[in-house]
Amino acid sequence: MNSTLAILAILDGISYAALVFLVSVGLSLIFGVLRVVNVAHGSLYAFGAYLAATFSLAIAPISPWLTYPALLAASIVIGVVCGGFIERFLLRPLSGQEDVLQLLITFAAFMIMDNLQRLIWGVQPIFAAEPLRLLPNIAVFGVSYTSYQVILLPGVALATLFGLRYFLRRTLSGAVILAVTEDREASTAIGIDAKRVYFVTFVIGASLAALGGALASPTTSLVPGMGADMIVLSFAVAATAGLGQIEGTALTALMIGLTRAFVIYLQPEFEVLVPYLLMVLVLLVRPFGLFGAVQVRKI
Amino acid sequence: MSGRVKPVTTIATIFFLASAVAPLFVASWATLFALILAKGIVVLGIILLLQAGQVSFGHAMFFATGAYTAAFWGKYVGGGDIVLFIVLGGITSAVFGLIVGLFVVRYREIFFGMLNLAFSMVLWSLLEKMFHYTNGADGIRVPRPALLGLSFTPETFQYVILYVSLLIAVVAFYGVQRYLDSPLGHMLRAVKSNETRLEYLGTSARRVLLIGYVISAFLGGIGGTLVAIIQQIATPEFGFWTKSGEFVFIAILGGSAHAFGAFAGAAMFECVRFYAAAHLADTWQLILGAVLIVIILYAPNGLIGLRQRYGQAKQGGH
Repeated sequence: MNSTLAILAILDGISYAALVFLVSVGLSLIFGVLRVVNVAHGSLYAFGAYLAATFSLAIAPISPWLTYPALLAASIVIGVVCGGFIERFLLRPLSGQEDVLQLLITFAAFMIMDNLQRLIWGVQPIFAAEPLRLLPNIAVFGVSYTSYQVILLPGVALATLFGLRYFLRRTLSGAVILAVTEDREASTAIGIDAKRVYFVTFVIGASLAALGGALASPTTSLVPGMGADMIVLSFAVAATAGLGQIEGTALTALMIGLTRAFVIYLQPEFEVLVPYLLMVLVLLVRPFGLFGAVQVRKI
Repeated sequence: MSGRVKPVTTIATIFFLASAVAPLFVASWATLFALILAKGIVVLGIILLLQAGQVSFGHAMFFATGAYTAAFWGKYVGGGDIVLFIVLGGITSAVFGLIVGLFVVRYREIFFGMLNLAFSMVLWSLLEKMFHYTNGADGIRVPRPALLGLSFTPETFQYVILYVSLLIAVVAFYGVQRYLDSPLGHMLRAVKSNETRLEYLGTSARRVLLIGYVISAFLGGIGGTLVAIIQQIATPEFGFWTKSGEFVFIAILGGSAHAFGAFAGAAMFECVRFYAAAHLADTWQLILGAVLIVIILYAPNGLIGLRQRYGQAKQGGH
């Protein structure tokens, strides 16, 4: 492997890690607060991607620059409508019930959304690369790469990372979310509306998944099954990092992104294996994840 | 307890008799019932683990192991016999279950589920990517095997495999019920209700769970072998996480309180799929998802629970 390929692999890894981070951090946030593994998370990613493609294909003839706000609008619409619906009508009635039921109802949401996606957008690949083509290519150490992938995507990921950190640790709303996470009963007793906190958190998490999808839509063709692949991948990242760990998720996404990129150039057939193998190895040694805090076991 | 279980046993007997007789009148039901029984065997394994309060979101790996055992035999050795396939499929998946089980029984709840998922995704990506050995996503065709040296025409074969599945399903159903009623089965339930107390009694909770896990893997493997023979193919999709989700779905749909829940759930699941796929090809998955939501929200104990609730209401709310 020469240096050009190595740089190419690093750039691939970074842009991929940025997308994976956005989706995984949403999943991790939802688990951290609601204690629910949202199986429909991959479908929110896919819906975000498809709706963003629809929006940007529709608006590109007017002005190609409007495709960027279109991507953002698509992810907010999906986050609020689909995410809000799942939390309000599926998860909320089940609060306090067995975990397996909560997990399974998001699985039902996954099945329905997977089907809806094929009904609405069909099974033919959709391609909407307008936002990718608008930004110029840049040269990194002599390697030409799209600035959309090496500047915009990591930029959004970093902004999300620091935005979330700031929101959770420096604002009142963030403190309220943390309080509900720590002790739901006590925080309800001092007048915090825990239901609203759950709703808002779920919508934020769902919007992040949809944002990941929306930003991914210009870089890849949209096909059925992309949601099912993304949920396990983002789950692998979130679990490897430790569920609920925001900074850990970013580092793990970067680690998995880079490893995967190098494996693609060296041993392409093992590309899909990487995240799951890492996940098994990490979970065997540290079941609470690389960055997770040791929890008191029930035994 | 026995007074409450008995009506379910009656329903189970009726169900098994129906699956033996009904397909004689409608030929297309032979495969449908064979699939129901085979999937029911897999879900028995899920229900077993649910007794211990553990949800495996990766059980499709044993299902795929069983299926691929038959497929590899057909591809590399050639020929094959139903009995041989089932014995081999059961043994390989039980051994695989023992290896994976040694790791996963150390964890509970979400960690148990995650680790299972991780293992199953590793197996899935190997099946999908080791193209030279597994034909990748296309899967391997499983040629129609003989039964104890006798070969059959396709028309007879669907009945042969139906009755083989029925026999195994009845044995597995009876065996699992006996297991759950045995001291070992009660200890498995104690892992859910009070693991600390189980340890104080001098029993290793991990060993109890490991035994349950291996049995459950064994059932998963046999079910997988049967489905591979019925559908005459084994694909990586057999080991994908959506398949694992489907099995947990069937377990909850049927009701995890009783072993018969596995078959009740499988029957409903496969019938909805069979008829919805025939009449509403584009929306069967949507319908199944909606059914699942209704069951979880309004009957969280599954079909079996509905029956018990009805029975209790009749007895005046006991």
